[in-house]
Amino acid sequence: MYVAVKGGERAIDNAHAWLAEERRGDPAVADLSLAQIREQLALAVNRVMAEGSLYDPDLAALAIKQSRGDLIEAIFLIRAYRTTLPRLGASRPVETAQMAVIRRISATFKDLPGGQVLGPTFDYTHRLLDFKLAADGEVLPAATAPADMADVPHVTGFLNRDGLIEQQPTGNAVPPDLTREPMELPADRALRLQAITRGDEGFILSMAYSTQRGYGRTHAFVGELRIGTVAVEMDIPELGFAVNIGEVELTECETVNQFKGSKTEPPQFTRGYGLVFGQTERKAIAMSLVDRSLRWAELGEDYTGAPAQDEEFVLMHADNVQATGFLEHIKLPHYVDFQSELELVRRLRAEVFAAQEAAE
Amino acid sequence: MTAQDYNFAYLDEQTKRMIRRAILKGIAVPGYQVPFASREMPMPYGWGTGGVQVTAACLTPDDTLKVIDQGADDTTNAVSIRKFFQRTAGVAVTEATLDATIIQTRHRIPEAALTEGQILVYQVPIPEPLRFLEPRETETRKMHELEEYGLMHVKLYEDIARHGTIATAYAYPVKVEGRYVMDPSPIPKFDNPKLSGSPAIQLFGAGREQRIYAVPPYTHVVSLDFEDHPFVASKAPHDCDLCGAAESYLDEVITDDQGGRMFVCSDTDFCRTRREAGHVGHLGVPVQGGV
Repeated sequence: MYVAVKGGERAIDNAHAWLAEERRGDPAVADLSLAQIREQLALAVNRVMAEGSLYDPDLAALAIKQSRGDLIEAIFLIRAYRTTLPRLGASRPVETAQMAVIRRISATFKDLPGGQVLGPTFDYTHRLLDFKLAADGEVLPAATAPADMADVPHVTGFLNRDGLIEQQPTGNAVPPDLTREPMELPADRALRLQAITRGDEGFILSMAYSTQRGYGRTHAFVGELRIGTVAVEMDIPELGFAVNIGEVELTECETVNQFKGSKTEPPQFTRGYGLVFGQTERKAIAMSLVDRSLRWAELGEDYTGAPAQDEEFVLMHADNVQATGFLEHIKLPHYVDFQSELELVRRLRAEVFAAQEAAE
Repeated sequence: MTAQDYNFAYLDEQTKRMIRRAILKGIAVPGYQVPFASREMPMPYGWGTGGVQVTAACLTPDDTLKVIDQGADDTTNAVSIRKFFQRTAGVAVTEATLDATIIQTRHRIPEAALTEGQILVYQVPIPEPLRFLEPRETETRKMHELEEYGLMHVKLYEDIARHGTIATAYAYPVKVEGRYVMDPSPIPKFDNPKLSGSPAIQLFGAGREQRIYAVPPYTHVVSLDFEDHPFVASKAPHDCDLCGAAESYLDEVITDDQGGRMFVCSDTDFCRTRREAGHVGHLGVPVQGGV
């Protein structure tokens, strides 16, 4: 006699207990501390903060530990936590020209006010496995210099003075918030940038790369890439002035794009913009390329059918928490739908065979 | 997660209010997909986050909740969602369709007839019935606005031309109150007739796609078809091997590697109730004092 499968609840509990054990790994090996993850896997922490849309390195480290290093799972944990947090208010826009930069480079000018600062970059490292690191992690202290407290003006500002680059519209309009309102298309640029900055790094990278290979080419130069910390200020109505409530690390990228002019715009340089939490420069550069590519309509360019020009395609598929959830849901039982397909295929086959027999 | 740290039924009251507004709009315009600001839930998108948000917005402390997946109360995801609400809302739960005030479902409508005052919440993966004919949301919204459903009829006609029959077995499109074409979620088309004229409120939540829609009680819902190819609610041509029911939707269970199989009700509560009432199927045994 057949007994229907029962015990889903016990199976789930046991699976979770096993997962917890696997997450810990060999108990003879020391447990990872959150501080170790935060300090030594900082770029993973940054990615989780950026795509989780929550700036909290300790929570991001916890999410990475809990997810066994699966960063999309960690991003999901942070998102699910973030959505429960009350919204106390909005900060003032951060002033990236006043950033305390640890890195600032321009690919368009050899030297410029504020200087080029290479900073802690993998660029120019030879990608040779460092076996010494496997033995001990000791490092010698790096050289230091006194901090330059001056503002670091934006490269695009210099071009703007000569009217060589498009004007950036200014305004105090409250940007839409895709975490509080359903995404409606067509989206404005602020909404697109929001979606891209929390979008999957791999997806945004591939979209940007495709524009470089000719699918919606935008001729981008990195006008400037900067990484550093900025102050976050909030207006306190009771006080009547803004108060510094903390600082965040950001990566900002501005591309300068060649533009021969269109029916509506004169020849000038145009802009792509990327701004991402933490030291996340691959993402910020990719973001600025995708941003520029999506601006074709506003600049009167032709739509060539390239994926990176297609706002709906990019925005609806950039979110890895959505994508991974829907992708993996096909693991769930589909007995009922599959059964209905089985019946259909059996019936269609029976009809085909009956028709064949009748013909013979 | 400790349940006390979260609001009743997990979502904060502002979010519930936003969802309730979308539900009310959906009920006012049957079959219309209302955009709503879906939240990240502590379970993955695609695993019922839309249904969970709708259920959370409808639940009151006096409610009795039933959760089914594929018709069954004990499938893993149904267990997981039921546990979530037990933990965050502390509501009573049941497996009995008739005792539930809210039923969250994935892929089935219960066999037992629903009654006034009950709410059936569907989990919806792709709310747009036209999606696989036109991938762009901007286009499909326009098609709904203009009531431009010719593409769907052409698709159904092409099915008939190719296969002699409409080759859609689940998520079979319906028209609600003569206006909006709606995706009933991936229920087998066997369940479609139960959508129409139901005394219960039927709510559909699509979390990832940020849409809510509704079929209010006693609404006319028609499965799309042609006069010469009328809609047929089909199922496996068998009786349930456990309870002998001839009128319920069946799951096929492979019992050995020699081609052996049996058919059992996909609605576990329906099957259990029948067996407790003394019905015995072909491979079943009489029940003594409950299963």
